[in-house]
Amino acid sequence: MKKSTLRLSAPAKNKIFTYGLVIAAYIILRILISGGAVNASLQGMLVPICAYVVMALSLNLTVGILGELSLGHAGFMSVGAFSGVVFAIAMQDAIPSAPLRLALSMAVGAAFAALAGVLVGIPVLRLKGDYLAIVTLAFGEIIKSLINNMYIGIDDAGMHFKLLEAPALTGGKMIIKGPMGISSIAKLSSFTAGFILVLIALFVILNLIQSRSGRAIMALRDNRIAAESVGIGVTKYKLMAFVTSAALAGSAGTLYAMNYTTIVANKFDFNTSILILVFVVLGGLGNMWGSIIAATALTILPEALRQFSDYRMLVYAIVLILVMLATNNPTIKGFFGKLFHKRPAGEEGAAQ
Amino acid sequence: MTFLSYVINGVSLGSIYAIIALGYTMVYGIAKMLNFAHGDVIMVGAYICFYAVSRFALPPLLGIVLAMLVCTVLGVVIERLAYKPLRSAPSLAVLITAIGMSYFLQNMAQLLWTANPKVFPTAAIFGDKTGLGLFGGSLKISYVTIVTIVTCLVIMVGLTLFTRSTKMGKAMRACSEDKGAAQLMGINVNLTISVTFAIGSALAAIAGVLLCSAYPNLVPTTGSMPGIKAFTAAVFGGIGSIPGALLGGLLLGVIEIFARAYISTQLSDAIVFAVLIVVLLVKPAGLLGRQVREKV
Repeated sequence: MKKSTLRLSAPAKNKIFTYGLVIAAYIILRILISGGAVNASLQGMLVPICAYVVMALSLNLTVGILGELSLGHAGFMSVGAFSGVVFAIAMQDAIPSAPLRLALSMAVGAAFAALAGVLVGIPVLRLKGDYLAIVTLAFGEIIKSLINNMYIGIDDAGMHFKLLEAPALTGGKMIIKGPMGISSIAKLSSFTAGFILVLIALFVILNLIQSRSGRAIMALRDNRIAAESVGIGVTKYKLMAFVTSAALAGSAGTLYAMNYTTIVANKFDFNTSILILVFVVLGGLGNMWGSIIAATALTILPEALRQFSDYRMLVYAIVLILVMLATNNPTIKGFFGKLFHKRPAGEEGAAQ
Repeated sequence: MTFLSYVINGVSLGSIYAIIALGYTMVYGIAKMLNFAHGDVIMVGAYICFYAVSRFALPPLLGIVLAMLVCTVLGVVIERLAYKPLRSAPSLAVLITAIGMSYFLQNMAQLLWTANPKVFPTAAIFGDKTGLGLFGGSLKISYVTIVTIVTCLVIMVGLTLFTRSTKMGKAMRACSEDKGAAQLMGINVNLTISVTFAIGSALAAIAGVLLCSAYPNLVPTTGSMPGIKAFTAAVFGGIGSIPGALLGGLLLGVIEIFARAYISTQLSDAIVFAVLIVVLLVKPAGLLGRQVREKV
């Protein structure tokens, strides 16, 4: 009995610690910004960093907790970005309050991405391993291709939707213009909104992991057959994790899109999916903390390397390879293992 | 007649996909890793051939051989430096390293050869562009198309014979079944993996030359989309299987050309990937893949 109470209190402490550090980081940054200690280029990156952190957290739920490799996570971001922004533009007059409009847009983005997650998830989650990965890649490409050829306009008669060509409008205006995407977006996103979204994502994911459902999901990851044999429904729990992940990615997409005046579907391509996967793997599978740090560091890194101008992406690639080689080198691993030998074994496992 | 020309174009594009897919499939079969840098090796091969033929005015055949040599060395070096140290690491770590390698090659190419598009010297390699006229000239097939299809068939037959009857080929098959057991039988696993990378990269160079001859626009990201499509083709046919790569590549090429011709140019990629998803849902291990039954 005593043992079980001890086990329960550790994750709770961990949770409070995680929220505390994120809030502390926000407060420190706010103070630094008001003191003028943060330069303009870093300030401009705060919202994208928040969006990428949420993307990394949500992908970590799929890859780290559910244990399925997804190569099309940017597709959900794209769905969220476009549906959220269309909603925000359509509701411009109906909802005058900007923060409320942003919040509702994010909710709409999350809802559409969740819907896409269900549509993708039901067939995809029947597959295994690399086949699942390639199908998520295919879905990402399909979403990109569809949005690139989608035209949505609005006039007095309501919304008009057409593939491949612009619909005929009586007055009104076009919102999504195919490959040109959406332009003249009202810039609603702010660092505070991003910070709140990060907190919500953390709250949702950490609570899911520590719930009965979360344990069922992790049991499926560790041994599907054993989990099934004790009565855990594969489809239900896999879909639960996948759709939650998609919904969070959708709201991150809305946040990201509302930070720019124009947004095109090509922004959310295979490379973006890979970029987010890099955050997750580098941060550590299943380790939410690691995802936050990796997403922040790797978003800042290319900017920090700006002084190398032409060489910066080259340096980024080399850093990426070297980090992967170093973290998987037995000698270095052994060295750090000795250094942190007090660390519980479970945490070591999660960090890999 | 137009239908027939679409079929021929599709088979030609599919042959290129098939040659690239071979590189993915062989490496996957043996090293159990997705070599994302493979698409960029194609691009390097195309650049080497471009410079050899256009700038240094070497004979085309020498240019192709040079491209193959450079890519072979490149493939082996990449494997030694980046993938070999990670042989016992989790597969995701290897995947990220491969992605890093892909970024590295693309950015290196951009530094060395700039991002300005280069026009590939198709005419210098394959003679005049008119090609062969069939049925009294109503059906035109360019020489590039013929060479592409023939090359693909030759490579397929050669590779099948190689894996079936040579010692190295048998070693490759043994390694893909069970690396540990192969090592116990005295097979040099590291050498076998290096040879696999060498063959895959040499094929990538050929694919690069053929690809850029058919679509003569060469930029540092030339290889990435065909790379993804060829990877899709490999999965389509059943990853790890050589005939599967041929079948997957050809089908993918034909579907893509048909989708472009009869449905929509812009949506052709979406259609190709949608077909892939449907096929995988019906046959989860690809068309020719082996379904491994799980034992409890």
